[in-house]
Amino acid sequence: MNEKPKIKVATAWLGGCSGCHMSVLDLDERLIDLAQLVEFTASPITDVKEIPEVDVGIVEGAVCNEENAHVLRTMRRRCKVLIALGDCAITGNIPALRNQFNLKEVVARGFVETESTQVGEIPNATVVPRLLKRVRPIQELVKVDLHIPGCPPDADTIWYVLTELLAGRLPQWSETNLRYD
Amino acid sequence: MSTSTDQRTITINPVTRIEGHAKITIHLDDAGNVADTRFHVVEFRGFEKFCEGRFFAEMPQITARICGICPVSHLLASAKACDAVLGVEIPRTAKRLRELMHMGQLTQSHALSFFHLSAPDLLLGYDSDPALRNVIGLVQKHPDIARNGIRLRKFGQEVIKLTAGRKIHADFPVPGGVNKAFTVAERDELLKGLPEAIEHAKFALNLLHIYQDEHREAVETFASFESNYMGLVQPDGALEHYDGRLRFCDLNGNMIEDQVDPAQYLDVIAEATEPWSYLKFPFIKSQGYPDGLYRVGPLARLNVADKIPTPLANTVFEQWRATAKNIRRSSFYYHWARLIEIVYALERTEELLNDPDICGTDIMVSGKPAHPQGVGVIEAPRGTLFHHYWVDENGRVEKVNLIVATGHNNLAMNRAVQAVAEKYVKANRLQEGMLNRVEAAIRCYDPCLSCSTHAIGQMPMIVELVDVQGKVLERVCRD
Repeated sequence: MNEKPKIKVATAWLGGCSGCHMSVLDLDERLIDLAQLVEFTASPITDVKEIPEVDVGIVEGAVCNEENAHVLRTMRRRCKVLIALGDCAITGNIPALRNQFNLKEVVARGFVETESTQVGEIPNATVVPRLLKRVRPIQELVKVDLHIPGCPPDADTIWYVLTELLAGRLPQWSETNLRYD
Repeated sequence: MSTSTDQRTITINPVTRIEGHAKITIHLDDAGNVADTRFHVVEFRGFEKFCEGRFFAEMPQITARICGICPVSHLLASAKACDAVLGVEIPRTAKRLRELMHMGQLTQSHALSFFHLSAPDLLLGYDSDPALRNVIGLVQKHPDIARNGIRLRKFGQEVIKLTAGRKIHADFPVPGGVNKAFTVAERDELLKGLPEAIEHAKFALNLLHIYQDEHREAVETFASFESNYMGLVQPDGALEHYDGRLRFCDLNGNMIEDQVDPAQYLDVIAEATEPWSYLKFPFIKSQGYPDGLYRVGPLARLNVADKIPTPLANTVFEQWRATAKNIRRSSFYYHWARLIEIVYALERTEELLNDPDICGTDIMVSGKPAHPQGVGVIEAPRGTLFHHYWVDENGRVEKVNLIVATGHNNLAMNRAVQAVAEKYVKANRLQEGMLNRVEAAIRCYDPCLSCSTHAIGQMPMIVELVDVQGKVLERVCRD
């Protein structure tokens, strides 16, 4: 049996809410069709932990800490087409709201000052990645080939982008693609 | 950190097929046995700071972005906190529409946890090929089962969409009520889809019952340990998700506290921090840290409740209680409790759809900030969720405190990892099957680390035995 090789896809969650990945799952039965055409490699929904060489890399979320930056750069090196999925990846969105405060104030509030915290200290062991002073959108660190805006983009839009790419075309946006309500 | 000079550490990074970004380390003693385990949560976003200065009515929309898996939980807890700031009682129809949306969320979130994340372990096997041990592998091996799971989650998402306007981050719950009335056509469409969804839920329960019968011993002892439990209940002790009061039970099911006003949560629970995790560690105040460990979520809710107020779910609940003297300790039973709750959510959905007021148009009351603070509490799919805001006289947010479902389970997840590690790490050697079973113990809790700390990611999984000088004694990689 000479099956056509499947397109390899990897996905990553950086600093975000995972709503964009949930929108991918909202493809519902179309996931079954998609599984015929693409191979999901490293992704939060699989047990493949290292990003291999892939055709398409999909990134959700902003860059909040050093580990996010490392994952993003690894993804860029190993994929041919990099897609920024959703507003956090594209603009920093809600996670970037913390940029108007000093990082020290943000962690002090979270771990020491909150009213329910009784025994509070700021986590500083090497096992937890260092937070960046500023939350950054991903194209500040790497070249992005395609942006899919939305908080989150809906499943129909994600399906449109993926099927256009699978057909060898670059998706063309129309206003209706980008209206989700 | 232990200062023992010959202590060794095993690291699992990251934990996958959970909703968040985490590592696990297992610390060994002189004899090479498990001394301590740590479940590290490695992301942090800082909502408790950057919401300061916002107008309080923006809070539901901002805090929904804490989590895309259960945004409805944050929307509702936040809207309830805002109601409290206004000092209003929302109209009956609005309350029912919010609860309807919540039942859609319970269905979709629990279906995701069972079918998409955990079923690959149960149906393909803990030791099956990691490259296929995921929902896509399930589609290939058991297409009918996967399709049922996908359709069940889809129904839950449809309930949210038709009630609230969109599936993820709807702008529907607002301070004082909701902003969209429900139409007869929307109601009828959901009623039409309901029987199929109930069939899928029964199918899942049946699947799990077969598994539990075939693996009785393993199920009963899987990451089993003693703990306290917390959950909301109705005045008569029945299961409750949208309103209700807090009940705390001890390891044997004896009441510690009952019918606690959730707004008084600061009197009963507090949080500790550890240098090695961005997720805080809540505990029961009267028992101190870390003895005041308690569990929340589906298992805890069924352990504290006296009954389930819908008939079919209550029948299964009777089985739950029959042999266990009310308390189920094995972490595995989170799966069972989750499926029982899906049945409840669907039955409750039907009740709400048939409520004579559900298509009413009295859906919002207006007001001005009347109180300097407000607390909103609900049972999210993963457990009790607290939003607490302090505002000035113009409604500008001055302070925010959040305790999310997965946070409450932080101590418990550490204990669960320890229970499994003790079984699978003996005298310096990593036993076959340890990696995925440790992860599977975490998966029972369906942790939403997006919620709790506020982000997600992935890294290769490497388990290393390392001595204190950093010398690698044994290394297992999985990619």
